[in-house]
Amino acid sequence: MNIPVLTLTLLSPILAAFVIMFIPKEEDKLCKWVAAAGTGTALLLSLYVYFGYDQSVGGLQWVDFGGPVPWIRDLGVSWYMAVDGLSLPMLLLTNLIGFTAVFASWNITLRAKELMIYLLVLIAGVMGTFIAQDLFIFLLFYEVVVIPIYIMVIIWGSSKRVTKEYAGMKLTIYLLIGSAFLLVGVIAIFVQALQITGVPNMSFEALSRVAFPEQFQIYMFALLLIGFGSLLSMWPFHSWSPDGYAGAPTAVSMIHAGVLKKIGGYGLIRFAVFVLPLGAKFWAPYIAVLGVIGVAYAAMGALAQKDLKYVVGYSSVSHMGYVLLGVATLGVVGVNGAVANMFAHGVMAALFFSMIGFIYEKTHTRWIPDLGGISHYAPRLSVGFMMAAMASLGLPGLVSFIPEFTIFVESFKVYGILAVLAIAGIIITALYVLRAGANTLFGPAREEYKDIKDIRGPELVPLVVLGGVLVIGGILPSLLFDMVNSGVAPILAHINEALQLGGR
Amino acid sequence: MELNFSLLMPELALFGVGLLTFVLGLLVPSQSRKGLGSIALMGLILVLGVTVANWSNQGVMLNGMYIVDRYAMFFKILCLTSAILVVFGSYKYVDQQVKNHFEYYSTIMFTTLGMMVMISAGDFITLYMGLELMTISFVILAAFRSTEAKSLEAGMKYLLLAGMSTAVLLYGLSLVYGTTGTILIGEVASKVAAGVDSPLLIVGLVMLVAGLGFKISAVPFHMWSPDVYEGAPTPVTSFLAVASKAASFAVFVRLFIGSFGVIQEHWVGLIAVLAALSMVIGNLVAIPQTNIKRMLAYSSVAQAGYIMVGLVAVSEAGIKGVMFYAFLYVFATIGAFTVVAAVSNQTGSDEIADYAGLIQRAPLAASVMLVSLLSMAGIPPLAGFVGKFYLFQTVVQDHLWLVFLGLIMSMISVYYYLRVILVIFRDEPKDASPIRLGGATAITLVITMVATILLGIYPGPLSEMANMAAQSFLIR
Repeated sequence: MNIPVLTLTLLSPILAAFVIMFIPKEEDKLCKWVAAAGTGTALLLSLYVYFGYDQSVGGLQWVDFGGPVPWIRDLGVSWYMAVDGLSLPMLLLTNLIGFTAVFASWNITLRAKELMIYLLVLIAGVMGTFIAQDLFIFLLFYEVVVIPIYIMVIIWGSSKRVTKEYAGMKLTIYLLIGSAFLLVGVIAIFVQALQITGVPNMSFEALSRVAFPEQFQIYMFALLLIGFGSLLSMWPFHSWSPDGYAGAPTAVSMIHAGVLKKIGGYGLIRFAVFVLPLGAKFWAPYIAVLGVIGVAYAAMGALAQKDLKYVVGYSSVSHMGYVLLGVATLGVVGVNGAVANMFAHGVMAALFFSMIGFIYEKTHTRWIPDLGGISHYAPRLSVGFMMAAMASLGLPGLVSFIPEFTIFVESFKVYGILAVLAIAGIIITALYVLRAGANTLFGPAREEYKDIKDIRGPELVPLVVLGGVLVIGGILPSLLFDMVNSGVAPILAHINEALQLGGR
Repeated sequence: MELNFSLLMPELALFGVGLLTFVLGLLVPSQSRKGLGSIALMGLILVLGVTVANWSNQGVMLNGMYIVDRYAMFFKILCLTSAILVVFGSYKYVDQQVKNHFEYYSTIMFTTLGMMVMISAGDFITLYMGLELMTISFVILAAFRSTEAKSLEAGMKYLLLAGMSTAVLLYGLSLVYGTTGTILIGEVASKVAAGVDSPLLIVGLVMLVAGLGFKISAVPFHMWSPDVYEGAPTPVTSFLAVASKAASFAVFVRLFIGSFGVIQEHWVGLIAVLAALSMVIGNLVAIPQTNIKRMLAYSSVAQAGYIMVGLVAVSEAGIKGVMFYAFLYVFATIGAFTVVAAVSNQTGSDEIADYAGLIQRAPLAASVMLVSLLSMAGIPPLAGFVGKFYLFQTVVQDHLWLVFLGLIMSMISVYYYLRVILVIFRDEPKDASPIRLGGATAITLVITMVATILLGIYPGPLSEMANMAAQSFLIR
């Protein structure tokens, strides 16, 4: 492949941000269109890559510049952009959400130019983590995203139960402290690998071939688990998530809940489990327990919330519990389910947050008791809301049913009773999701909302794109599952090999 | 004994242009001394060129009294670069706030000369001479705004405390001389390796740590830095924070790793504890500060703590980490202080609250502040991240706790950096008039920002250079 497609995909939002810098700040519609064009190009490119990937061959494909380009020699860092079946769904998800997030912020006029610039940088940063096959570059992108988020929250966020300053700071500090643990692990792993092999190399592939001692793997895995776990809002490191989402503007909530969180899950599989299989084996049962606690605890928490964003915030913590449970099975079916569930939840959460954003924009409240009967005046908005709600409770026919099902199948085999508890969580999910939907959308028409306008024009983009993916993914699950499987199977094959060699 | 003057070229050149600036200043009438800044700048650039051209010209002079290796060259380049940036970035500030141009510029040059001498010093006497030249020049510079009580106070404080620390340092040096019988750093090393080991030597070592700890403002010798940083003219503050710290680190490394590397078990623990204390106290005390210069002072205490981690490693990689970090710290710090100088020049205030809406008043300055602060915090893709990576990887196997502490404290430092960013980005300005930077300041800001970003995403060349320099240090 001569054209570095992935690097171009990464650059298109950055280029758009660069163009926007030169647009006068009064022209906010133009800024938004340029942002839409940038993210749209990235979306088209990632679709092209997704459907051009040869699943029968598998492995890393679309390697930019024909292979790793040396970057920092004495650290063994190289510019190594490539995708496999694990990265591709995440890349696609990022661009789906990035594209729709621009339209979800369509009505924001306060300093819109700056908003679009931060948004584009954020999208590029998230994208970078999913296509980098080099640990150092991965880390670089991983932390790049923190600062635009902070600035976006403090300027465009909303202060309801917590102030936006508090929400932004909590979000940032939590993630950074988590990443400090991660960083310690990364440095230690790098130094240890250098001692064993004598050649500095930071690519995931090369690190995975190093035979680390078992005790070392167990310690390091714990550090990585804290780092990635706090990003994935693993219980008990989850408390930033509901507060952060509530304070953040719609676009940030969409991207954060939709894809940024998934970097945690992706990193856990791509880096922690792949490089430290013995550590993963040791910690898997604990991850499963934490996952199930997260499912149950957050579902209960969601039940008690009256603010729509908090409901979805807790629900996303709860869904990440399933992902952890899937990863903890360390079996192909379970990990497939975990990855597919990340994709499904991403689409669903983004749709949910964008619809809540529109409701808030039009009614100026997210407080469930104050809402009601919206569907009389805004049927299209209600359709989007209900689709997201149905996907959230795992309705068959929508994209999230099969991932959850596969996670349960595998985890029931491995963990038995824990899986049963996790399945019980679905019931609570149904309860809070349906209740939120009923009290917001249905019931008698209310006088005070009779003037609200239904979503239309560019506002429809999130509904059409994300809703479309929800349905297509539900009807044709093989589109997603075959891809995920082609990426996960070789990783788990490698792990099983390592476990047989290292495990007594 | 043969004198190879080519080794001394950078020092001689700097001495020459320093004198030239001074004499020119005396000759021209006081109204037309503004141009002296440009002459000083050209002179410094010339000296930097000479130094870079002599990169491979290594050697030892006067039986080891003066050492010119790549290690010294690296730090000289660092000091000259920061002098250039400080001079170039503060034309306007000096013009309006400092007045006595010709003394100001020539003093900056003699300060730099002092640093260069101490960096290359091969014995205690030369070391002391360089150190004093630097310190006394800094006393003058700190008190330069002679109509401001705070500036005078800063000069006085620096004079008294620096004098005391120098006394401690000297006493330490004399104890080392007393036990080893030599003042040459190279010979001290061989004596120590041969087994000279007495309690007095240890006492001397501790005193050296105290004396140099003052210069790099490591806890618990950091008390002077917030007051002096706050009171001194802002360009001087940035020069003090960057170049004097780097030069002192150069001496620190040469003395401790060069001479006392063999008996590292006697001092590594002490340095590790001081590094840890500096990181913790610097970062925690920076949180409640409301004055940006004081905040940056405490943050520079924390930065000293990070750099000391490289000393703890006692290895080539550690030295390289120190050099790399010191170099990138130049750009981040001078960037931040240049913004501070430009803002206070217009608003007359150094309070963080008065930075409200800076992004709207001066987008360039606000962006530079953002990049500089985040680089100090070690957020990628900025230089600070790579620097910390290099530093902490050297101690991860022997002192894992220090890595933990350092990384967690640097994440905590994000908290107070973000508060400044919050004020700059979110708040509406009280006075929306744009802040005029002036061409020279704007160019300096762009240079520091580009360097900070570039060193973060493509650190290769500087890293290679630091590697070469670190190797030259150990071969000798």
